[in-house]
Amino acid sequence: MVKYMHNMQRYNVASLIWQGLNKHKGWTRAWRSPPLKDRYEVIVIGAGGHGLATAYYLAKEHGITNVAVLERGWLGGGNIARNTVTVRSNYMRDASIPFYVKSVEMFEGLTDELNFNLMHSKRTMIDVVQTYPKMRELRRRQLTMDIYGSTYRQISEAELRRRVPALTGGGPDARLPVIGGMVHTDAGVNRHDAVAWGYARAIDAMGVDIHQQTAVTQLIRAQDGSIEGVETARGTVRADKVVVAVSGHTTTLTETAGLKLPLRTMNLTAFVSEPVKPLVDVIVNCPDSGFYFSQSDKGEMVIGGAPDMGQSFRRDIKQHVFEDTVTAMLSLFPSFKRLKLMRQWGGHLDIAHDASPIMDQTDVPGLFITAGWWGGYKAIPAGGLTLAHLVATGRPHPLMAPFTLSRFRHLDYVMETGTTTAR
Amino acid sequence: MLLIPCPFCGPRNESEFAFGGPVKPDRPDPNATSDADWVAHLTQVPNPLGPVQERWWHVRGCGTWLTIWRDTRTHDIVEGPADAG
Repeated sequence: MVKYMHNMQRYNVASLIWQGLNKHKGWTRAWRSPPLKDRYEVIVIGAGGHGLATAYYLAKEHGITNVAVLERGWLGGGNIARNTVTVRSNYMRDASIPFYVKSVEMFEGLTDELNFNLMHSKRTMIDVVQTYPKMRELRRRQLTMDIYGSTYRQISEAELRRRVPALTGGGPDARLPVIGGMVHTDAGVNRHDAVAWGYARAIDAMGVDIHQQTAVTQLIRAQDGSIEGVETARGTVRADKVVVAVSGHTTTLTETAGLKLPLRTMNLTAFVSEPVKPLVDVIVNCPDSGFYFSQSDKGEMVIGGAPDMGQSFRRDIKQHVFEDTVTAMLSLFPSFKRLKLMRQWGGHLDIAHDASPIMDQTDVPGLFITAGWWGGYKAIPAGGLTLAHLVATGRPHPLMAPFTLSRFRHLDYVMETGTTTAR
Repeated sequence: MLLIPCPFCGPRNESEFAFGGPVKPDRPDPNATSDADWVAHLTQVPNPLGPVQERWWHVRGCGTWLTIWRDTRTHDIVEGPADAG
């Protein structure tokens, strides 16, 4: 039994009935708004998925609870609210696959662990393949994934169309006819807000301070060059260890400590349709056409496209990027023409030179980064677990060892270009 | 959609252009530069919150390459191409 259970209000049928009998007046706040202290043992910048998860495993696995999570906006309002919630492990490299297999596994147990319903739905992802080079690449991935216990299996075009009946385009006369599919049964979707709120409630119960509306403006270095703390809009906060978990703004922050990183920030698009009756029960990924979607529990099609090419710190989307994605989608799913699109948005995220994440202590002693999370939603549990291990023990967790900054120093890239929407 | 000022064709839609990436410093001589500088050259690009210098190719137009300064916060083209070719 983990210790945070003692002072956390449990959510279950009994408590729901009990609160119902008491007119729901007994629910307590899920987390506090504590006063900002001037010193902590660890500061985590960013109350998104990776920041909250890192704080959670620091507390749970290593007993480090004198931690502040500083958030510029509101908790879970950054990229964890802006992604398309796909959890999968179909990567290419020996270094990557075990990490994502672990993360998918952790997601499946997280609802019980956090006592917060993540509505995890392990519904399988199916790739719609339209070119032979892509089919060869996916089959190559399958061989490596087999080694690490992830699942990938090729299916025929007929089987693909049986599994995804809405796929009526891409026939023999199309510019890119559908030639087959790949099935990844480990993949699933869940509820992004619940992931943020579940971790936040748990770390608050263990004594971690979450400070929203507390923008970090500058990293402060001591005389000897090591990290000393951060400057925030609410004053100076000191700590010997600072974790930067801010996605697209990683370089903006690290440059205030004179640190340059192999990252660039780009904008990625998503949009959702009006809710319709159940039509597609898997996550559909069309790598050759550059879009993917799944149907939410509410019935909305949640659709993602390719990134805007140039660097961007914007959170809206360019109209032509949106139109290109819709055009590609309609060529394979012509019946979607009648769907009304309800919302569209973008997020800015950083991608590393080799398209793999970076989790490491930097050249500034005490300054840790978790960055380059292109498709980082699926990696939240394993990312938090392994980074917390590094912060607490000073040694990289075996699963994250390939993702250190020093790989660039040795030009030992973990090349994952092509396994994400970065294409 | 950006409206990119082509020195030959005037302001044209971004969809006529191919993105050429941010401008990097000149490639150093690998034999005459330190390992750290060589790695930095290979792996790092400027990633400013603000104007970034980048190359575009007017591939569906006149075919020229040009360089602009574009603000990564607003997409405003803050400095048009002084070059062409």
